[in-house]
Amino acid sequence: MLELKDVTKIYNPGSVTEMCLFEKFNLSIEKGEFLSIVGSNGSGKTSLLNIICGSIPIEGGEVRIGKRSIDKMKEFKRYRKIGRVYQNPAMGTCPNLTLLENMSLAENKGRPFGLGRAINKSRSNYYREQLSVLGLGLENKLYDKVGSLSGGQRQAAALIMSTLTPIDFLILDEHTAALDPKTAELIMQLTDELIKAKKLTAMMVTHNLRYAVEYGNRIIMMDNGNIVFEKAGAEKEALCVEDVLKIFTDISIECGN
Amino acid sequence: MGVFLDLVVSTVTQGLIYALLSYGVFITYKILDFPDLTVDGSFPLGAAVTAVLLTKGFNPYLTLAVALLVGALTGLITGLIHVKLGVRDLLAGIITMTALFSINLQIAGSNLIIERTVNTIFSAEPAMALFGNLSLIYRKLIVSLFLTILFKIILDLYFKTKSGLLLRAVGDNNTLVTSLAKDKGKVKIIGLVISNALVALSGCIVCHEQRAFSSTMGTGQVVFGLATVIIGTTLFKKLNFVKGTTAVMIGSILYKVSIQIAISLGLPANLLKFITAALFLAILVLGKLQKGGVKKNA
Repeated sequence: MLELKDVTKIYNPGSVTEMCLFEKFNLSIEKGEFLSIVGSNGSGKTSLLNIICGSIPIEGGEVRIGKRSIDKMKEFKRYRKIGRVYQNPAMGTCPNLTLLENMSLAENKGRPFGLGRAINKSRSNYYREQLSVLGLGLENKLYDKVGSLSGGQRQAAALIMSTLTPIDFLILDEHTAALDPKTAELIMQLTDELIKAKKLTAMMVTHNLRYAVEYGNRIIMMDNGNIVFEKAGAEKEALCVEDVLKIFTDISIECGN
Repeated sequence: MGVFLDLVVSTVTQGLIYALLSYGVFITYKILDFPDLTVDGSFPLGAAVTAVLLTKGFNPYLTLAVALLVGALTGLITGLIHVKLGVRDLLAGIITMTALFSINLQIAGSNLIIERTVNTIFSAEPAMALFGNLSLIYRKLIVSLFLTILFKIILDLYFKTKSGLLLRAVGDNNTLVTSLAKDKGKVKIIGLVISNALVALSGCIVCHEQRAFSSTMGTGQVVFGLATVIIGTTLFKKLNFVKGTTAVMIGSILYKVSIQIAISLGLPANLLKFITAALFLAILVLGKLQKGGVKKNA
């Protein structure tokens, strides 16, 4: 469904600091797949997500959704079908707007932002319902500015917001990395439930190998712009954290890290 | 006593007229987080166009609409330079402002005085029909108050629309706007258009009030606008029910009053811009200290 074909990504092309990250990189993700992506820093995980979302340009190859190339599509247009949750909880919400205003913005995604009333009070109950699932007490904070919420609460709100409207892809960019272990666990479980309930195709970059192994139905490990390890389906089910950790360490030693 | 009262009334009127400029700066600086210097050019443009149209015998009320339109155009130009050509926000404003200086000279010359025989929005119908029995100074107050409140209400209503909420979102976190599949550049342009339309409207009314255009009347208006926005929003920070537009309107009046007091106390008019700059610096530094204080307490 989503396909990267012969993608070449060069950072700072033509300068002394030129760095080729991807050379004819290929990856395809099927509808309904939940792909975990692991790898050391600089291996190209986040670049991969940025290429899919159109946040950074590519120097060769193409990105396709279905049969259609989306290379010419601007970043903001790609987000019609994509929801994204960032590592930094501040990225997914507006701190100076109330939670109600944030939810209203999110619910209007894909529709025109015209001169109609932004806040529909009758939707409050629906938002409360959506937020109460989290068990973080957010349903009682609709009139609070999001900036006054904790990082975990903000990230949970960002996750709910990114999946409030129908999307095809959910992009998770180390979305639990900035949270405490307990909250991270909660957000991870919630993510999994949302992906299953809404039948989303998801890509999750994480440094937490346990999450990568426990959740999702396919895992890839990246190193220097290449996929060095991949398991899916039953093989992935059988995988345990130790196996992945061993491969991870082996690669790191080879690279001198 | 009568002289004093007249001075108070005319100063408050000034504050009200310039409040429209403050609304504009409020939108760019406070909501969009865009330091827009176009203001120094769009403000006199509103006045230049008004002066010429009035001299040509145009309906004075129509000049308000024309000023809004030309102001909107300047915002559009700065927006396009910034968004489509990728020029930094500050520089995009400077470019438009500089170009506008020449354009204003082309339109109205370096000075244009409006003859006493020409009617302004304060002396034409329907202002005359409604408030004809009041003296000019009170008519000015009432008409300015009406316009300033009218645009405050329009803005407040706009901020509650989806488009208005998106505008507030783009200054707050533009990544989220992209995630909402909206072009953040377009939203910024909308903000600049609304802002400069209001600024030019302010220039238009100032021209009606003074019966004059001068090519240098734009100098320092950005700083004035920023100062009033910061005074207003700082004063009412703790009072959530006071809307931003109300806060900057009061900021604008307070500012004009304090300058008037300084002049009455014997401040030479030549030092006005210097005092403006010094006052602005003081407000900025005090605002910073206050923020630092909050952090220490937290």
